[in-house]
Amino acid sequence: MLKQIHTQTITDNVARLCQEANYCLGQDVTELLKKAKKEEVSPLGKEILQQVLENACIAQEESVPLCQDTGMTVVFIELGQDVHLTGGDLTKAINEGVRRGYREGYLRMSVVNHPFKRKNTNDNTPAVIHVKIVPGDKLKIIVFPKGFGGENFSGLKMLLPGEGKRGVKKFILEQVKLAGSNPCPPIIVGVGIGGTFEKAALLAKKALLRKVGEPSSLSEIAILEKELLHEINSLGFGPQGLGGSTTALAVNIEIFPCHIASLPVAVNINCSAHRQKEVIL
Amino acid sequence: MFCASSKGSYTLKESEIKKLTLLTPLKLYTPLTDEVIEKLRVGQRVLLNGVLLTARDAAHKKLNKFLELGNELPFSLKGLVIYYVAPTPAKPGQVIGSAGPTTSSRMDIYTPRLLALGIKGTIGHGKRSPQVVKALKKYQAIYFVAVGGTAALIAKSIKENRLIAFPELGAESIQELVVENFPVIVANDIYGGDIYEEGWKKYAIKP
Repeated sequence: MLKQIHTQTITDNVARLCQEANYCLGQDVTELLKKAKKEEVSPLGKEILQQVLENACIAQEESVPLCQDTGMTVVFIELGQDVHLTGGDLTKAINEGVRRGYREGYLRMSVVNHPFKRKNTNDNTPAVIHVKIVPGDKLKIIVFPKGFGGENFSGLKMLLPGEGKRGVKKFILEQVKLAGSNPCPPIIVGVGIGGTFEKAALLAKKALLRKVGEPSSLSEIAILEKELLHEINSLGFGPQGLGGSTTALAVNIEIFPCHIASLPVAVNINCSAHRQKEVIL
Repeated sequence: MFCASSKGSYTLKESEIKKLTLLTPLKLYTPLTDEVIEKLRVGQRVLLNGVLLTARDAAHKKLNKFLELGNELPFSLKGLVIYYVAPTPAKPGQVIGSAGPTTSSRMDIYTPRLLALGIKGTIGHGKRSPQVVKALKKYQAIYFVAVGGTAALIAKSIKENRLIAFPELGAESIQELVVENFPVIVANDIYGGDIYEEGWKKYAIKP
């Protein structure tokens, strides 16, 4: 028996999640910011982290966006193969949700229609949509408004297999150094290692979806995450890049098998306004 | 003279300003004068009062093109402070939506020209290019940093908001903001000081 879900339900949920994500900072990030405030060695850094926490309180209490960059909307769909969607086109339903969520939530329209013509679409569509078919009869929607302060300083490199873990670490650190003060540190670093060119990039984005501060379930990768976090925080960039010990809150790494000839690595940077909300229908 | 500490009239000596850095914000009023700018050093907390002009990527591009064609701006840039922001739409009852700074480095290519036309300050987040740092020195202007990601908090210091130019740019249009105690930090002063370079040197741990 197929479970039926009407696309209107998807639109309604996407609209709601766009607003919630932009107003309410996740508890995982809040906890890490509080911890960072305690441990930060720079007095100015401490002060900045306090302001970031205060800002999150105001945004939540007053239902206003945490950051003026309310992002390009990335939507991950996990569609159970025993679900039957009724009521029309899934992509249209998601974009209608984004349109409504951004308009009704007083969120900023930050999407332009063409890379060169650059005319604002005025409804923040289209969303970037990733659909994965999974077993079961559930439909999971993750809405991840992605700000471009961090996105602009993300990068990908196809390393040689011989460069190994050392080469991967070197590239990640180089990328974080290149980002420097630009992506509003403290940042969250999503890393994808393996797969193909596009798979590595998607893994890096998905790494950002994992609870911030929760280590990888693979012990070898968890150690790599810890080492990288330590090295990044030794760079001295600190909150807002004005100097200090908190440059990143977390490094999340996802891996995938890869070709005998290659070692792809992608780094996706996010700022501390790390926003994502999900629902399971 | 529009410069006063938060506790009274402005009579601080240079040495005292240095000591107060990071602790006592200086209340400043726009337009910024050379006399005030000379007193500012990297790391100084400042509460800005008066008028800010908003402009970011698209507005800078348009302004630049306008000037390149030999046109004169319908308003003076003398002493003005430009804030790199495109706020979220105001909810009913709000003056402005969330309004934090955007990354300044994207404006670097346009900034020296605007400094030459008399702007005395820019506000954004993130390090500026060596060309901008040099131009700040040459034209005696300040780069202030506001805390990125505190857009809801910053919006509280914005009291009025008026469209000035390029309405077709929507959130990116040029707006005049009247601000009260708008919190910023001096990131580049006219003596070549750079808060980023200094901060990184101080807090980096050598492996």
